[in-house]
Amino acid sequence: MTRSGDGHSPDALDRRIIAATQHGLPLCPRPYAEVAARVGTDEDEVIRRLAAMQAGGGIRRIAAVPQHYALGLRFNAMTVWDVPDTDVDRLGRDVGALEAVSHCYARPRHPPQWPYNLFAMVHGRDRDSVEARIREVAAVLGDHPRASAVLYSRRVLKKTGLRIPEPATNPASDPPPGGRPCSD
Amino acid sequence: MSGELDAVDRRIVNVLQGGLPLSPTPYSEAAGTVGIAEAELLDRLRRLLDDGYLSRVGPLFDAGALGGAVTLAAMAVPPVRLDVVAAQVNAHPEVAHNYERDHRLNLWFVIAVLDAERLAAVAGEIEAETGLCVHLMPKRAEYYLGLRVTA
Repeated sequence: MTRSGDGHSPDALDRRIIAATQHGLPLCPRPYAEVAARVGTDEDEVIRRLAAMQAGGGIRRIAAVPQHYALGLRFNAMTVWDVPDTDVDRLGRDVGALEAVSHCYARPRHPPQWPYNLFAMVHGRDRDSVEARIREVAAVLGDHPRASAVLYSRRVLKKTGLRIPEPATNPASDPPPGGRPCSD
Repeated sequence: MSGELDAVDRRIVNVLQGGLPLSPTPYSEAAGTVGIAEAELLDRLRRLLDDGYLSRVGPLFDAGALGGAVTLAAMAVPPVRLDVVAAQVNAHPEVAHNYERDHRLNLWFVIAVLDAERLAAVAGEIEAETGLCVHLMPKRAEYYLGLRVTA
């Protein structure tokens, strides 16, 4: 659970702007004027709100989002490694700097069935090129990993951006999970 | 998917992956960087979106930094139930990406919520609906380098 630090949470207008732009900006010369018309404000205010969200880190960037699959990168592998916690940041930075790696994260282990704490995503046009890139990652990690696994994607079952319900639908009072039947 | 990417398409993907200016006329400015007219950029973007080369052009929100929360989650689903469980998971609007992967933990998805308390609630709903455990794997640290296509 990644939580923000700046304490600024989006108000109702921010949420309307998020809802109106999360699937993409209108393709017209004045996209923010179009968004403003949809959410009931003016172009300057939309730009101001988006700039504030960007300054606070709530927007990483405003950009084109490629479909790696369609761009020919049909194979993706999630490589996972169990490395000592004391080395994970240094090793993560080294792995993340590889051109072959698109994303690299430290995540919690779920022992005993999931001992891995370092995740590196690798994309490629075919299985051979992905395997070559995985060997690059393994070479950087050297003899640090105590265990590792490679999880190839079999199917993309869903791919959308952040989706928020329209404002005023916040069932935050749901009971916490727990005590329900749960098995692997 | 129809048609192939030409050199201008590739340049558009690479330039616009880096970002659009937050100005009243972002496409006009981006077209200048690419070296084409705004109308041509808009036409090509429409085609790249229609053909599935781009999933969207717009803000990439970070739910965590907006006061919400994001996590990767994994489930071990009996293979015969996979399609049904995937549909149950995907029915939640808070589930952004979902992949079937080659492992005993075979269903991997991202949960993103604007209200942090909703995260546990969504995971709990999925567990109640499926009777299966949802393992939450939120990132502790990110070591990032962007992906680029060959121009």
